[in-house]
Amino acid sequence: MRWLLLKDLRILRRSPGLVALLVLYPVVLSVLIGFALSAGPDKPRVAFVSLVPPESGELDLGNERVDLSRYEERLFSAIDPVPVECNREKRGDCRRAAVDKVESGAAIAALVLPGDLTDRLQGVQALAAEGPPVAEVFYNADDPLKAAYVEDTIKSELRDANLSLTTKFTEVGLSYLDLIVEGGEVDVPLAGSVDILGLRRAEQIVERAKAGASPRERQRLERVARFSRLARENLDLSGPVLRSVREPIKVRTVALDGGNTSLSSFAVALAVAVSLMFITLLLAAGTLALEREENAFPRLVRGLVSRTALLLEKTSLAAVCSFAICVLMLLGLGLFVDLDWGRSPLWVVALAAGALAFGAMGVAVGALTREVRAASLLCVMLSLPLAFLALVPSGSVSPVLYDTTRAISALFPFKPALDALDAALNDSGDLGPALLHLAALFAAFGLLGRLALRRFA
Amino acid sequence: MADASTATTPTSATDVEGALVAEGIVKRFGDREALKGVSLRAARGELVAVIGPNGAGKTTLLSILAGVQRADAGSVNRRPEDVGWVPQQTALYGKLTVAENLRLFARLERLDDPDAAVKGMLELTGLSDRADDLVAELSGGNRQRVNIAIGLLGRQDVLLLDEPSASLDPRQRERVWDFILGLTARGTTVVYSTHDLQEAARHAERVVVLADGEVLFEGSPAALGEVVEREGGTHGDFEGAFVAFLRHRGH
Repeated sequence: MRWLLLKDLRILRRSPGLVALLVLYPVVLSVLIGFALSAGPDKPRVAFVSLVPPESGELDLGNERVDLSRYEERLFSAIDPVPVECNREKRGDCRRAAVDKVESGAAIAALVLPGDLTDRLQGVQALAAEGPPVAEVFYNADDPLKAAYVEDTIKSELRDANLSLTTKFTEVGLSYLDLIVEGGEVDVPLAGSVDILGLRRAEQIVERAKAGASPRERQRLERVARFSRLARENLDLSGPVLRSVREPIKVRTVALDGGNTSLSSFAVALAVAVSLMFITLLLAAGTLALEREENAFPRLVRGLVSRTALLLEKTSLAAVCSFAICVLMLLGLGLFVDLDWGRSPLWVVALAAGALAFGAMGVAVGALTREVRAASLLCVMLSLPLAFLALVPSGSVSPVLYDTTRAISALFPFKPALDALDAALNDSGDLGPALLHLAALFAAFGLLGRLALRRFA
Repeated sequence: MADASTATTPTSATDVEGALVAEGIVKRFGDREALKGVSLRAARGELVAVIGPNGAGKTTLLSILAGVQRADAGSVNRRPEDVGWVPQQTALYGKLTVAENLRLFARLERLDDPDAAVKGMLELTGLSDRADDLVAELSGGNRQRVNIAIGLLGRQDVLLLDEPSASLDPRQRERVWDFILGLTARGTTVVYSTHDLQEAARHAERVVVLADGEVLFEGSPAALGEVVEREGGTHGDFEGAFVAFLRHRGH
């Protein structure tokens, strides 16, 4: 078996194009899949126009001044702002220029903040009748996926801005309530600082007045004092109520299954599993089928090498090569993604188990197809659907279909290999069951390959 | 004697040491019976030619004698590893050089001195100057020479050759036959299949004629000539008479 292994390595060394393709294709494909799954689309290019005059950039909320540019900065971190050149004194020009950016394709959306934004917000605080300011969003719906993403991004950012302002308004409202209850000084435009008596001090004054009052007046004063006390006590309770209005429903999230793997860490496990699958399947199936295409198989198995030894040799060759490539791939990915190097012994175990199971599947494919081209084609045709089947999330399809996808995935090594790698890399679960699953598939595919070799020559 | 349906069963040939004995070999492919109880016996140092038209079962018979295929019935007295075999199609690795191919099989044969065996075979086949060339770059004739050399590496005392000279030019063919005749002179039993009636008549000591899985004739080339002439009539040449002979026998 050793000599056959060396022979195959020598043949691979003399096929640099094939080896490069065999290595680069799955690596590039898996990295692309990994990035596609782990990263959202780029920041959307959004034409942004703020018609708010520079001198109105601050909002006066009670005793606090809020700089609105902070909210613009937050929005800019979520989008790629496209500058719009226009005369800001002419609202229609700027609005038209922003829409032009969208229609010309320079931006996928436009956000126009009205010039009266600050005034209207100030008016909301003063309970003025104009109503809240209206921000306009224009977007291109040619690409539904991108349009949905843009809509979600802008709505999400505006919702955050609204929530922030609501918090500020609530705090201002609460300070007014506190002023009514406890009394104090407040700045009033034109009038200057005004002293507010407050319910507590009013109640004390009434209590003191009761001492020198006639019984009838005392009775009336008692009613005023009771009202003042009840109002103070109930307004004290309004603080928690108003604060709860900001977030009526609090959310507590609990992950029931799958641990706490981040998307980028899972993408690493996925990228490595895809590469492991492609390289091992193609190598194992291809090298076995090559023995038949070169007519060497009959010569080998008539006493020189047993059929089982031949299968083991091809499985080992493919597993060793793919293992080495995937280790290098992990080392490379480790430069970009934070990996727990302390768990590297577990990576080795998971990679080795996955490689052996894929190797056994590869020789089964090679033995069944008997030709290098057919074997390669079948490997590629099997690999992608198996990868996608293993990634179907629960709840995305009907329960029956989901159970079917799980059952099909369980028949092939991709899902258990992905689970094993995820467990080894990210501590996302128990490694043992996945390894046992891979061992069972190694035995099953090995047996299938051995049976298929009966009609191989 | 080994049951050919379990061809790997080891058997020591005591009464026919150095010889090959196959009895009642039957091989079916689905409903088609490729070999219908074929028996063949070759004495030590004997050169036996198996001839017949395409589809007669020559390659199937040699594959069963070599242990490559299993017979459905019948027996062979040799284990596969005790028989040298040269397949009809070249069984070589195109990405390896001539010497690397020979060395690989010499090692798999567990020869005591693989390098010496490789050197000997390179000299025998006249390919010493092409030793470091990739097999994929060789002509068909030279590939066949390497193919034969690999079959001869084990130096077994029974050698099976499936159409060994099919793709060789006359000079290469002569060299191969010189070598084969040298082997038989040293006691190696050689059984080979061929389409070439003249080659069979020229080199073989005994000829077995197969047609549709049946043995039609077994005897010396001279005896075959007489039978062919008697049953095939005069058709100008031996090949024409042979075809007429087959037709006369219902094939």
